[in-house]
Amino acid sequence: MTNHWVDIKNADVVLIMGGNAAEAHPCGFKWVTEAKAHNKAKLIVVDPRFTRSASVADYYAPIRSGSDIVFLGGLINYLLTNDKIQRDYVLHHTDLSFIVKEEFAFTDGIYSGYDPVKHRYDKSSWDYEIGPDGFAKVDATLSHPRCVYTLLKQHYARYTPDMVERVCGTPKDKMLFIWDLIASTATATRAMTIMYALGWTQHSTGSQMIRTGAMVQLLLGNIGIAGGGMNALRGHSNIQGLTDLGLLSNQLPAYIGLPLESEQDYGKFITARTLKPLRPNQLSYWQNAPKFHVSLMKAWWGDAATAQNNWAYDYLPKVDKLYDMLQMYELMHQGKVNGYLAQGFNPLAAAPNKAKMTASLSKLKFLVIMDPLATETSEFWRNYGEHNDVDPAKIPTEVFRLPTSCFAEEDGALVNSARWLQWHWKGASPPGEARSDVEIMAGIFTRLRTLYAKDGGAFPDPILNLTWKYAQPQSPRPEELAREYSGNALKDLADPKDPTKITRKAGEQLAGFAELRDDGSTQCGCWIFCGSWGPTGNLMARRDNSDPSGIGQTLNWAWAWPANRRVLYNRASCDPSGKPYNPARRLISWNGTAWTGVDVPDFKVDENPAGGMGPFIMNPEGVARFFARGAMAEGPFPEHYEPFETPLGYNPLNPNQPQATNNPAARVFADDREQFGKAAQFPHVATTYRLTEHFHYWTKHVRLNSIIQPQQFVEIGEALAQEIGIATGETIKVSSNRGFIKAVAMVTKRIRPLHVDGKVLHTVGVPIHWGFMGIAKPGFLANTLTPSVGDANSQTPEFKAFLVRVEKV
Amino acid sequence: MPLQSLDIVRRSATTLPSPEVRGAHTGQVAKLIDTTKCIGCKACQVACMEWNDLRDAIGSCTGHYDNPPDLSENSWTLMRFTEYENPKGDLEWLIRKDGCMHCADPGCLNACPSPGAIVQYANGIVDFQEENCIGCGYCITGCPFDVPRISKQDKKAYKCTLCSDRVAVGLEPACVKSCPTGAIVFGTKEDMTQHAEERIVDLKSRGFEQAGLYDPAGVGGTHVMYVLHHADQPMLYSGLPDKPRISPTVSLWKGITKPLALFAIVATAAVGFLHYIGVGPNETDERDEDAARRELEKTP
Repeated sequence: MTNHWVDIKNADVVLIMGGNAAEAHPCGFKWVTEAKAHNKAKLIVVDPRFTRSASVADYYAPIRSGSDIVFLGGLINYLLTNDKIQRDYVLHHTDLSFIVKEEFAFTDGIYSGYDPVKHRYDKSSWDYEIGPDGFAKVDATLSHPRCVYTLLKQHYARYTPDMVERVCGTPKDKMLFIWDLIASTATATRAMTIMYALGWTQHSTGSQMIRTGAMVQLLLGNIGIAGGGMNALRGHSNIQGLTDLGLLSNQLPAYIGLPLESEQDYGKFITARTLKPLRPNQLSYWQNAPKFHVSLMKAWWGDAATAQNNWAYDYLPKVDKLYDMLQMYELMHQGKVNGYLAQGFNPLAAAPNKAKMTASLSKLKFLVIMDPLATETSEFWRNYGEHNDVDPAKIPTEVFRLPTSCFAEEDGALVNSARWLQWHWKGASPPGEARSDVEIMAGIFTRLRTLYAKDGGAFPDPILNLTWKYAQPQSPRPEELAREYSGNALKDLADPKDPTKITRKAGEQLAGFAELRDDGSTQCGCWIFCGSWGPTGNLMARRDNSDPSGIGQTLNWAWAWPANRRVLYNRASCDPSGKPYNPARRLISWNGTAWTGVDVPDFKVDENPAGGMGPFIMNPEGVARFFARGAMAEGPFPEHYEPFETPLGYNPLNPNQPQATNNPAARVFADDREQFGKAAQFPHVATTYRLTEHFHYWTKHVRLNSIIQPQQFVEIGEALAQEIGIATGETIKVSSNRGFIKAVAMVTKRIRPLHVDGKVLHTVGVPIHWGFMGIAKPGFLANTLTPSVGDANSQTPEFKAFLVRVEKV
Repeated sequence: MPLQSLDIVRRSATTLPSPEVRGAHTGQVAKLIDTTKCIGCKACQVACMEWNDLRDAIGSCTGHYDNPPDLSENSWTLMRFTEYENPKGDLEWLIRKDGCMHCADPGCLNACPSPGAIVQYANGIVDFQEENCIGCGYCITGCPFDVPRISKQDKKAYKCTLCSDRVAVGLEPACVKSCPTGAIVFGTKEDMTQHAEERIVDLKSRGFEQAGLYDPAGVGGTHVMYVLHHADQPMLYSGLPDKPRISPTVSLWKGITKPLALFAIVATAAVGFLHYIGVGPNETDERDEDAARRELEKTP
């Protein structure tokens, strides 16, 4: 979230799209209720299904799953052509005036630099034109033929209301009504928030759907303001923490990219991450990257990380490619991965294409499951009738199950969607032999270290020199880990302006990342968490919910990264002179000498606005980007591409270019591509989702949850039910090109046929929560049906739009 | 606000007068269920099961979101989902939390023949005292909302207690506590009625012209009330009665019939007494005894 849960109450319009907050985030949804009850907010829901969120919405519009970029692209076109944008905001806080390189081109859905064999782009033309002064060129009049404004307008001119209706199946009157309501927030005093979740991320174009939403918000001036923002509703209680701590295969903690294979040289690595300003007097905060990186290396390897050995740069792996889950299971399938630790993860159910997962896991020599529950993955080798029809005699994999504690049985911090690190205390002790994940990992590590110490190895240094100064090496305490993430001084730190003054004594916790140094005198395990356990103690444990701001800025409740800032980009809530666009919901403002307010300024606190520093300080250009430059895999402006299993077979926006039917930059493995189905055989559009009553595959092990939602079902509309002759409560079979499931049919008015480019399309809703373990009625894993292809940037699997055939059993 | 008065003001099948000194001076209680804020998450169902230590069977999906499919001795509340296509052609998903309405004039209590099996407290809560229940099922006949359920296991009737145990110590009912959107609120009936009025103003501003409060007069008003988008059509909400009232059989039985029957009993006793006073006791003499002996000897 750029903003936070409580802040949703400040919205005038709430758009839920690509998510179902009432259903999947019922507790957070209370703030939508607050916005409606006390701020007269209007709630809009755009979704293929009439969801529980839609049941309390003011306006609902249906959309074909996977066509969100068309709907939002159409909205961008509508805002631009009707001049419903917050002009002052976009002129000063975005890149609309920047001039793009002459070589940049876009033809028939394909951007310049495409390699159709490798499905990859050479992105060198996707950038600004740089002037002789070394800065990007701009045209403040926005009239240059290659300025971002012109290109943006051209790009989305094709996204007309007629085109949107044709591709999305959204009735034009509903669409225009909703667009008009959204456009009402282009004024300085009205705000819209966008709430989204897996309904956007789980598409092969998911990252670009989110970007399109963000572009709408920029045009309306809704980023950085109270009641606005792009708000990702995270699923697992600590999935935000997972991303922050860099658990993705190509990341180091706090969004520092792991070195690539091409970056063997430390200088090259650190320069690429130390972004120099692209415009005069811009903060370009990533200029501090060396401080963050060196402090991380000191936290990990202590005295072994020195200036002489480039802060132990050789200890870091250099990645040749992304090792996301799809890649790992592909390698497992090829027999190249032989052992696997599934920690708090149930990949047999969570990864796409269950049949491929079973085949992949069957090729392992060993599989270790760390989980509080007996998951489907831990039992993948056992026959459970038609729900898991395998032959154990043919599966040689040795499976170990290590019972772990669950989140309620341990102390520690969870990072919520709002980036708040909230300390929690265990409610009970773990049962039986269960141990915490930290204890298990510490046990594995200390054993490995002993082996390396005894037997040596090709390169034992990173293991032997790893900092491990915990009171009990077998069981590091959460407090010790938290202090390490937050960081401390290794030497007395002198004030750079007055070397006689010591600002921080050796051993003291640091108050924030501004204190980090690149000379090895500080250590910090995750720079964005720096200060969470500061000199005054554990700020994550704070529980003061007083709100002097009156707009929900409870700065003494827990601690938010970065720097306890609650609304990111909050400098953009003010005009260039530092006056708030909406004084009634002021976050910060310039008082003549400093930026002050009810939030921690996301800006240099003493920077006079007259200097022209932009509010988006993490970008070297200082402004927000409509033109993503090289940041995205498939292009600088989001373009609609069909889901890999498209019900149309072509892309109505680019019908003459087969390369642009699906995401041209997606990585698809050959065996997965062969298993895509075609509309002729699988005519129905399926989408998977979650229900309020359950949490993933966990709560089918819980009696209360199983009572209130006991058995697997599939939702189909009345028209499709009639077509195949099925009544609600009867059993249906749903097949894709990868397998089938059987479930109770829930025939509903909430799913209606959509008229898409002359065809009638039926949506099939597949809730995911059932499987062959637990105490709810046994069922089929929903991922039996889903295709193995991910978003081109994040590799998040396309669970929201694929093809099936529904039949009567 | 002291809401803990558990003084029994009415007791089934009992003529003994109830204590009247301590009234609900701060007002009687009410639970307000705002169907327009409800997202159907069923947190209230789970909270109810947890607080009251109830566990219904893990059932089946019947092709609806309603689970368990009906109220039972183990499910005192549940969400009922209705898909309604309004005259504009737009869909509405009406979700109603079903359960005891805690009528001011409770049909169940009126119908109950077992002394003290159903009571009404000064705060307005209608409660079943299962140890006094004889399992006759009259409460079901008496209830205009079809709420009480008789257990097959112990043949006793069960329903929502409005968490009288929690309310007695100043807590809100468990369902209210768990509701994430504030769709269920609890307080004095007066406050809840006022809160409902504010909600109705908001709903009317959003185009629900017929929004209103459901507090039916036919049962003297209820201590569980609904805010409805379509207060003119309560039946839309999974058959919520338009004009609930106690069934005529029960009214007759406990209305005119009961005093008449009481009169008949008293009259019989009075006639007997008058006969005794006027004519004297019926006594037997020797001849009567002889005749009786002869009759007995005749029988084989």
